[in-house]
Amino acid sequence: MKRLLIALFCILTLPVFAQEQTASVHEATKEEGFNAGEMILHHVGDSHEWHFFGEANEGPHFTLPLPIIAYRAGHGLSVFSSHHLYPEGTVHDGLKLEHEHLESVDGTEVHDFSITKNVASMLLSVALLLFVFFSVAAGYRKNHGQAPRGIQSFFEPVIVFVRDEVAKKAIGPKYEKYLPYLLTIFFFIWFNNLMGLLPGAANLTGNLAVTFLFAFITLLITTFSSNKYYWSHIFWTPGVPLWLRPIMIPVELIGVISKPFSLMVRLFANITAGHIIILSFISLIFIFNTIGIAPLSIAFGLFINVLELLVAILQAYIFTLLTAMYIGGAVEEHHDHDYGIGGDDADAPAVVGGHGH
Amino acid sequence: MLTNPSIGLLFWQLVIFLILLFLLTKFAWKPILSSLKERENSIEGALRMADQAKLEMQLLKAGNEKLLAEARLERDNILKEASAIATQQIEDAKTKASEEGQRLISQAREAIQNEKNAALAEVKNTAAQLSIDIAERILRRELTDASAQTQLVDSYLKEVKLN
Repeated sequence: MKRLLIALFCILTLPVFAQEQTASVHEATKEEGFNAGEMILHHVGDSHEWHFFGEANEGPHFTLPLPIIAYRAGHGLSVFSSHHLYPEGTVHDGLKLEHEHLESVDGTEVHDFSITKNVASMLLSVALLLFVFFSVAAGYRKNHGQAPRGIQSFFEPVIVFVRDEVAKKAIGPKYEKYLPYLLTIFFFIWFNNLMGLLPGAANLTGNLAVTFLFAFITLLITTFSSNKYYWSHIFWTPGVPLWLRPIMIPVELIGVISKPFSLMVRLFANITAGHIIILSFISLIFIFNTIGIAPLSIAFGLFINVLELLVAILQAYIFTLLTAMYIGGAVEEHHDHDYGIGGDDADAPAVVGGHGH
Repeated sequence: MLTNPSIGLLFWQLVIFLILLFLLTKFAWKPILSSLKERENSIEGALRMADQAKLEMQLLKAGNEKLLAEARLERDNILKEASAIATQQIEDAKTKASEEGQRLISQAREAIQNEKNAALAEVKNTAAQLSIDIAERILRRELTDASAQTQLVDSYLKEVKLN
């Protein structure tokens, strides 16, 4: 993970500069040809249309226009198909796209509630999730009291794993209340990670808005299910010298925020990094402008893609496990070990959940 | 662009995710988890019952073995007793038989002795009577002659049969 993060930061910084240049010499680069940074950012970012292949003005292409839903104060709601706004810069109903950002021509503030590529992808994944897990649930009804069969036997070990290894171990006896949420985020993240690896798919779990919302929901659940031990730990940290305790309050409060923040950044960075690396390897062909580099690009791209299959479930697991640990830290009844000298690390989830990172 | 979350996506995600959470919780997780729990409980119960049955079997087997051992012991005892009784009876019968034999033999001996004594007494009496008779006849014929006398004794002796 660390390596991927480093790679992310290395590559992420490059396109930023590249993009700044591009903004000024946009026409020039188009003449020059391929711009890797722009291409990659376009692929990992959100879009108002679902582009599969080809270019709009050169030969065969296939692009799915998506609905634009925008609200402007004074103007009201505008709903229309996104193909009116492409190619970028085309004005329709007083709106235009500037680097996939919806802007109004007259400068009023636009609230963009469009069904973007990410939203459409999410809807697809939700349909898939509902289909899969309704089938699994139907399996339990049909094979009542019998051994699992078909899709049911594929997902049962995963569900049992999340229940026994994640929820039960990290949260403790009160795990049942939080299990539906944990299962939902686990499978949502896993499915969307995998769907993001498909060609032409959206980079949903590598979008900061998505990971932010999950992190925020986790923060809300943690805060609202916390007990007095959790808060006494924050405002009167046991096990530290008395004079240090007031200083610990802001530290602990930062910890409360930094825990979900780390969740948000970890998932976003891992998934986006994977996408960027694969796209970078593919871009090498066009950067060197030779087919000779293609075997290397494909070999490395394939390797990273296979690695991403692992990362997909690993990140879903890590996100779910850490969420469970934070909840576990908030609902834990006894903090006896905190009063001991140096603390007791035997109860690992509670310690991690209690101290943050 | 990457680090700038859009409000639209946030809004739609919140709506979609909450609906997903609701639907999955109600129609997937609850039935799945309760079925899993039910099955685990039934498996656990079955295992526990199997263990109990095994224990009972063992107890039963131990009881059977104990009974069998007891039966065997009793059989051995009975056999031993029976053979002891049989030996005793044979012994008794033997002693009785030999006693009876002894008794019969002694009785026979006694009877023989008695008969012998009686016979001897009778012989003595007969001989005495005969002697008296002969003597009487001799005395009666004494007067005739000596040869006649002898002849007479002989004839008498022929007449007399020792019976």
